[in-house]
Amino acid sequence: MTVAQQISIGAPIQHSRSLRQRIADNRWVYLFMLPSLVLTLMFTLYPIFASFYYSLFQWSGFTSAPHYIGTLNFSEVIVDKQFYNAFKNSFIFMFCSVPIKLSLALVIAIVLNDRALRLAPIFRTMFFVPVVTTTAIVGIVMTFIMSPFNGPINMIMLDLGVIARPIDFFGDPKLALYSVVGVEIWKWLGIPMIYWLAALQTIPASLYEAAEVDGANWWSKFAYITVPLLKPFAVIIVLITAVGTLNVFALAMTLTGGGPYFASEVMEVYIYRTAFGAANSLTLPRIGYACAAAVYFGLSVMVMATLQLFGARWANKERAGMSAAETTADGE
Amino acid sequence: MTVKAKRLSAEEQRRRLEIRATRLREIVTTIILTPLALIWVYPFLWMVSAAMKTNNEIFRAGTNLLPAEPTFENFQRAWVQANMSQYFLNTVAIAAGSVFIVVATTSMMGYVLGRYRFPGRRIVIGIFVATVFLPKGYTIIPIFELIGNLGLDGTLFGVILAQSGGAHVIFILLFAGYFGQMPKELEEAAIVDGAGFLRVFFQILLPLAKPVMATVVIMQLIASWNDFLLPLVLTLPRPELRTLSVGMFAFRGEYFTDWSGMAAAATIAIIPIIGVFLTMQRYFIEGIAGAVKS
Repeated sequence: MTVAQQISIGAPIQHSRSLRQRIADNRWVYLFMLPSLVLTLMFTLYPIFASFYYSLFQWSGFTSAPHYIGTLNFSEVIVDKQFYNAFKNSFIFMFCSVPIKLSLALVIAIVLNDRALRLAPIFRTMFFVPVVTTTAIVGIVMTFIMSPFNGPINMIMLDLGVIARPIDFFGDPKLALYSVVGVEIWKWLGIPMIYWLAALQTIPASLYEAAEVDGANWWSKFAYITVPLLKPFAVIIVLITAVGTLNVFALAMTLTGGGPYFASEVMEVYIYRTAFGAANSLTLPRIGYACAAAVYFGLSVMVMATLQLFGARWANKERAGMSAAETTADGE
Repeated sequence: MTVKAKRLSAEEQRRRLEIRATRLREIVTTIILTPLALIWVYPFLWMVSAAMKTNNEIFRAGTNLLPAEPTFENFQRAWVQANMSQYFLNTVAIAAGSVFIVVATTSMMGYVLGRYRFPGRRIVIGIFVATVFLPKGYTIIPIFELIGNLGLDGTLFGVILAQSGGAHVIFILLFAGYFGQMPKELEEAAIVDGAGFLRVFFQILLPLAKPVMATVVIMQLIASWNDFLLPLVLTLPRPELRTLSVGMFAFRGEYFTDWSGMAAAATIAIIPIIGVFLTMQRYFIEGIAGAVKS
């Protein structure tokens, strides 16, 4: 290790040196980035491009040889009724889950953010526990709990007289998808709750106190302080949650496996089934075809992520403007 | 004099009323929230209770959470016969490996990004930002193929490597932010004493980043423990390498009528991770909240 390199640690860019010199000076820096970069290239970037590449082949099973067929997979996928069904289910899933999950999480976060509530940390933990538990295993446990045969939920509802006969949550084609949505909301509610709590904690208590002095009631404090100040965070929270809701493989697979009759098959289950083959299916796995479906799906997620980018930018601008206003108000 | 005293007592009265209103609000919200929070943890209570009942009792007595005669026989059956012991060890090994690799790689990356200006820094940041927005959709097929080409299919190391390979942008940002705000004097003194790049990082700066490390360790540990798709696909040819989640999924069909055995297996898999979460809760929640704040 040279003296020059040691001195350059933490130093600003030195334009007087040549590029080669600067790269040589920073060789430890590059060495430090190597492991993380290699892993990211291998398991995050490469697979994205490889999916595009594989989608141009007809390829049944990893042991057989791929056969180039151009864009045939794409034109077949786009008219595949099962692809359309899974695509539709994924988005129904998102549009049902996100609004319910976010509004329920917001209500709970507002209640828990109240300083008067001394048990708040315990409640927060209770609502958060499902988040950290193993999704696939929770899914299996929920099939017991919501089972029409002696499942405790049905038993309790029968005892209370709410229902006349047991509900087959995961076996009824009309209900299955929405039952999975219900379990998904229960499982992941804690994450947006923490997001909202983090956002709520940025609102200075002095604002509420000032409003109280002016005689504001609970509702006007909510409508004129909480809502406007949460808005910039809301954009980010909605979009993070929406993209997250498209990753439901473990729950969908363990609760229904996509059934009955594909009624609850979401995109990820469809791709898994096409590429790796369901254990009991007689059809050959079609890897190129599954990749083409994945590319379509990935592109639509990217459209959403781009919305997220713009949304976040807009929100940051809003937040920056707001904190500037705050500073002037405080006279700092 | 008397007027002043009266006014004071009026103020006192108002304050007392306010305190009483706050207490009332606390009692009402506690009464409303308690059943909701209990519903939220009910599945876990049911799971633990069913694990200590006989199958007969589950079907007969139904909704009573307290087992009539608690039994631990189900745990023994799940641990030995259903192979949960093996799956447990596999899961621990995979989690330990991926936590180690992820902490090492993201702390090193965060350190140089947060503390150094060097040619190509913007490109590296660009790559990581891009991974957030590029279509991930479904990268499992090429990952399966890549692990196979590396000769790692059917090994625990393959699962570890694939799990560690996510871009982990949030972890890198957490480390970069933390290292970036440390005072420069820290390493300047060490360099004067003759410490090199590696010693500055490992002996001086990294030990100071313990809070971020705790967050990354617990978040990656929980993510790895709960992972399903990667271990499912990568252990397809080797049942003895299954993790807890894949193992449960695989023998669900086989033992479908054995509710108490399944509940015991689920308890074995889930209770440790809940325990880890409860003891290190603060770090985990900080990590989650960091996603919105940054």
